Amino acid sequence: MKRVFVKEEWCLGCHLCEYNCAFANSGLDRMEKLKEKRIFPRIRIEGEKDVTYAVSCRHCKDPLCVKSCISGALHFENGAVCIDREKCVGCLTCVLVCPFGAVMQGENGAVQKCELCLKNSCGEPACVSGCPNKAIVFEER
Amino acid sequence: MKKYLIIGNSTAAVGCIEGIRKNDKEGKITVVSKENRHTYCRPLISYYLEGKTDLERIKYRPDSFCEENGVKVLYSRSAEKIDSEKRTVTLDDETVLSYDELCVATGSSPFVPPTEGFESVEKKVCFTTLDDALTLEKITDKESRVLIVGAGLIGLKCAEGLFERVQKITVCDLADRVLSTILDKESSDMVQRKLTSVGIDLLLSDCVEKFEGNKAFMKSGKEVEFDVLVTAVGVRPNTKLLSEIGGKCGRGITVDESMKTSVENIYAAGDCTESTDISDGKTKIMALLPNAYMQGFCAGENMAGKPSVFDNAIPMNSIGFFGIHIMTAGSRPTKEEGGEVFEETTEDTLKKLFVKDNRLVGFILIGRTEAAGIYTDMIRSKTDIRDIDFEYLKKQAALFAFGKEKRKEMLGGVSR
Repeated sequence: MKRVFVKEEWCLGCHLCEYNCAFANSGLDRMEKLKEKRIFPRIRIEGEKDVTYAVSCRHCKDPLCVKSCISGALHFENGAVCIDREKCVGCLTCVLVCPFGAVMQGENGAVQKCELCLKNSCGEPACVSGCPNKAIVFEER
Repeated sequence: MKKYLIIGNSTAAVGCIEGIRKNDKEGKITVVSKENRHTYCRPLISYYLEGKTDLERIKYRPDSFCEENGVKVLYSRSAEKIDSEKRTVTLDDETVLSYDELCVATGSSPFVPPTEGFESVEKKVCFTTLDDALTLEKITDKESRVLIVGAGLIGLKCAEGLFERVQKITVCDLADRVLSTILDKESSDMVQRKLTSVGIDLLLSDCVEKFEGNKAFMKSGKEVEFDVLVTAVGVRPNTKLLSEIGGKCGRGITVDESMKTSVENIYAAGDCTESTDISDGKTKIMALLPNAYMQGFCAGENMAGKPSVFDNAIPMNSIGFFGIHIMTAGSRPTKEEGGEVFEETTEDTLKKLFVKDNRLVGFILIGRTEAAGIYTDMIRSKTDIRDIDFEYLKKQAALFAFGKEKRKEMLGGVSR
């Protein structure tokens, strides 16, 4: 299965992936409309000065978040870890167990996470296609 | 074709089914379910009262789960007796089921302390099943005054669930603080202030000495009038089926790292068991949903013949009350036990990291809980803090502290 991978040596720390992700999952028609709004990206840039990198769901084969989910909201869909935000009650047990810090509370309290842009109209992950330095890639490893 | 039998139909049972089916698509799986319901999320019963879930969404797995996994569930049936020689289980209607591999996932039962006059209380419930929640829904209204005995996770979640539905809630507990099993004094005070500020009455270091109908006489001399009583002092593992055939039990059923009990071909998983907390090496009952699932899954794999272990259990909780979020994991060694604490507190956030022998062994986080799983993973994988930038991690949970090589492995591969 193709997953999102990060090449930290190429990351500029520009945070564009966060905007592309937030926009892709916002349902808005134009990115400008995000201005002055609090954004809820499912990928986030970490690091300090010279060292930056993006963190998003690793789509583990044996995911602790799915095993620990108390509401049955986290589940597999064709190998990808997905969340039914209608079922999620926002207990954040998944945040408590994810070793990567890759799941987070979204707008309205339910948890959100990278679903590889499978559920929006992007076709392929927006963080990857929008990365100006090809520091995020979508491939089979 | 193997015959699998699972006693219980909650989290550990579902884990067990998924563990079996990952390795054996053919074997016959039978589940004995006391409750007459499709498997549901036990910890969500307070969210049901709060209106954050409903009878459909509370289902732990889709309606198609049993059919897709070839599972036969016997509803409204309880197991009465195991015969480990003949490998059979007798049910309450005298049905005898035979098995090749058995998993005891019987859960726990609420403990009701004997109190004078308890039988004179007209409306009373415990709070561990969906039926309890449905009963509470029926017997409370906007005028109800509710007395909850027990200020632990169950009691306080019940208080939150009922809050908008009733007139008044009083919670009492023998301990001097709320959530005494998972929080220390300082963090508990923070939660307590929140509960008091929303209008919940707390009677701590106090207990009911006697009931007279709708009145509770407290040890402190106080009297509490109420319409509905909720008993939430704790739960006890259901060990009887195994203990009466000589299976080894402590407070819970004793299992090894493969979830095998001391009786051949019998496994146990979930709230009915006790296991080792790897953060302090002590044997405890860790009646938590994630552990129940992982134990069940591990048992299932072994039952299907695939060797599997679950050897890094720790207590962990993620729970919110009235908008304040709490996460705890592992243990809290004292100074005398060789523990060290790093803490950072503001008016509405708290962070305590407990370190012992160069390992993070526990934490309490209130308010800011982002990426807490990085800390949890350090406890479970016994990371040596000398190998990482722990100073950075004290400030925030981030992979930055692990260094370039480790990050490359974590973000550049499929390691888990």
